[in-house]
Amino acid sequence: MSEAVISYDEVLEQFDPVMGLEVHVELGTRTKMFCGCSTEFGAEPNTHVCPVCLGLPGALPALNKIGVESAIRIGLALNCKIAEWCRFARKNYFYPDMPKNFQTSQYDEPICYDGYLDVDIDTDEGRKTFRVNIERAHMEEDTGKNTHMGGATGRIHGADYSLVDYNRAGIPLIEIVTKPIEGAGKYAPEVAKAYVAALRDILRNLGVSDVKMEQGSLRCDVNLSLRRTPQDELGIRSETKNVNSLRSVERAVRYEMTRHAARLLAGERVIQETRHWHEDTGVTTSGRSKSDAEDYRYFPEPDLVPIAPSREWVEQLRAALPENPAVRRARMQELWNLSDIDMQTLINAELLDLVEEAVAAGVSVDAARKWYTGELSRVANEREVDVAELGITPAMLARIEELISTGALNDKLARQVLEGILAGEGDVDGVIASRGLAVVSDDGPLLEAIKDALAADPSVAETIASGKLQAAGSVVGAVMKATRGQADAARVRELLLEHLGVSE
Amino acid sequence: MSAISRDDVVHLAHLARIDIPSDQLDHYASQLDAILEAVATVSAVDTDNVVPMSHPVPSTNVFREDVPGQSLTANEALAGAPAVEDDRFRVPRILDEE
Repeated sequence: MSEAVISYDEVLEQFDPVMGLEVHVELGTRTKMFCGCSTEFGAEPNTHVCPVCLGLPGALPALNKIGVESAIRIGLALNCKIAEWCRFARKNYFYPDMPKNFQTSQYDEPICYDGYLDVDIDTDEGRKTFRVNIERAHMEEDTGKNTHMGGATGRIHGADYSLVDYNRAGIPLIEIVTKPIEGAGKYAPEVAKAYVAALRDILRNLGVSDVKMEQGSLRCDVNLSLRRTPQDELGIRSETKNVNSLRSVERAVRYEMTRHAARLLAGERVIQETRHWHEDTGVTTSGRSKSDAEDYRYFPEPDLVPIAPSREWVEQLRAALPENPAVRRARMQELWNLSDIDMQTLINAELLDLVEEAVAAGVSVDAARKWYTGELSRVANEREVDVAELGITPAMLARIEELISTGALNDKLARQVLEGILAGEGDVDGVIASRGLAVVSDDGPLLEAIKDALAADPSVAETIASGKLQAAGSVVGAVMKATRGQADAARVRELLLEHLGVSE
Repeated sequence: MSAISRDDVVHLAHLARIDIPSDQLDHYASQLDAILEAVATVSAVDTDNVVPMSHPVPSTNVFREDVPGQSLTANEALAGAPAVEDDRFRVPRILDEE
């Protein structure tokens, strides 16, 4: 069922790609867009529904203020203009996941329009900024969830019937649509990925959505067409739906480029249609053809009055916007004096906020990075949770670092403190007290331990005395073991050499 | 004059999911024509300086606070469904339609 493709390099020799990206983001409001039903994820089927979101006769929608506010804030963060006046419209079509038989959306009067987002991509000439122009961002609502029954695969193809849960129907969506993205050339897949990543960061930073692509709260449709040269008119596009990871955005663009090119070179036309992306095989397959389905008979929604955001409101929201993530990163990288790679490591691991908080709490940048990218990431990974969910607060790290700097803890003990906190044994000082963790600073017990270690391996004393100081390591190790890590290793070494009458 | 063709009626019927037998297509085409013609009389009015009105009331910005309200129970929600399975609405095969 997969179609002919040609190599990516061959595509680039003969064609110029043009993309259009549509991103749907599910807002994190408490209630749906037009009714008071909860938006909470994972409820029992059809328990977050009411006459409005089920489309029962006579029900009237009531617009969620936070939904509108979020839309405006998203528009502002994407450098959009905010409409002085706009309306909702009904988009009419029949599909079982949409109980009203129309989607309440916006048609020719989006609340946000004419924006842009600058994204950075790596090119052969280094890192470059590429501007993606944004056509519009408008408000609409999500559909219910179909479960296809019968058939072999659980997919819609071959299913005998479907079951529908309308809990998701009516959850606020913002659809963000780019203008045609031209001039990306061979970097088209990277630009697409970088755009969705940057958009995700901005949305997360605004706090308007949890932007979990894998759970569908951020979804991307990829439109792609090819033309022979940038001077030609736009070619016929395909629309690939449900591309649900950043990596898939990149792969889907690349795949569609190679598929379109193969068709065009074989003298065939590209069909304007919806394509389904298959994560497992990395190909797209044909969905329904758009030409006969696209007759939505939009008309203004009579049950919702127009929205006319006052300029005061808009400016108030603009003034309260958080710092743009890209600007913030550049500022922090300079402030912390980090290399591109070190900075990227923190960003990729989503540790920037935590490190910033820890630094604000008094932890040095290096120490904060060490704990978060090292021990804490490892534990979080093991437990399959986010580092932020571990319950280690920046204040705890600050206390641990303070104790290390005064010599009351060493790295090994610090890790045991963390282990205790993670096991729910209390805060830093509580764990230290209950586990009896403290660096042994009294020389007496250390000297005893050194003597014991030497007695267990008499030859090592001679080796060290003969000047082979590296042999001291094994004795220090034995002492650390005997004291369950509670000794200061440097002091143990000093005492050992002193005891044997050897100097460094 | 006939602005509405038989094909238009077939298309409209499909969009509205109405089954219209082919021997009645002309009948509906002429009825729809008559309706359009009747509505078209408003175009005789000079509306060059009139702002189109989509809502009978002049208000804007009617908002609801983002506070959860009462939802139905699954039983209530499913009470009118022709078929139910697993607390979900059971619907016929979807792709047959296409």
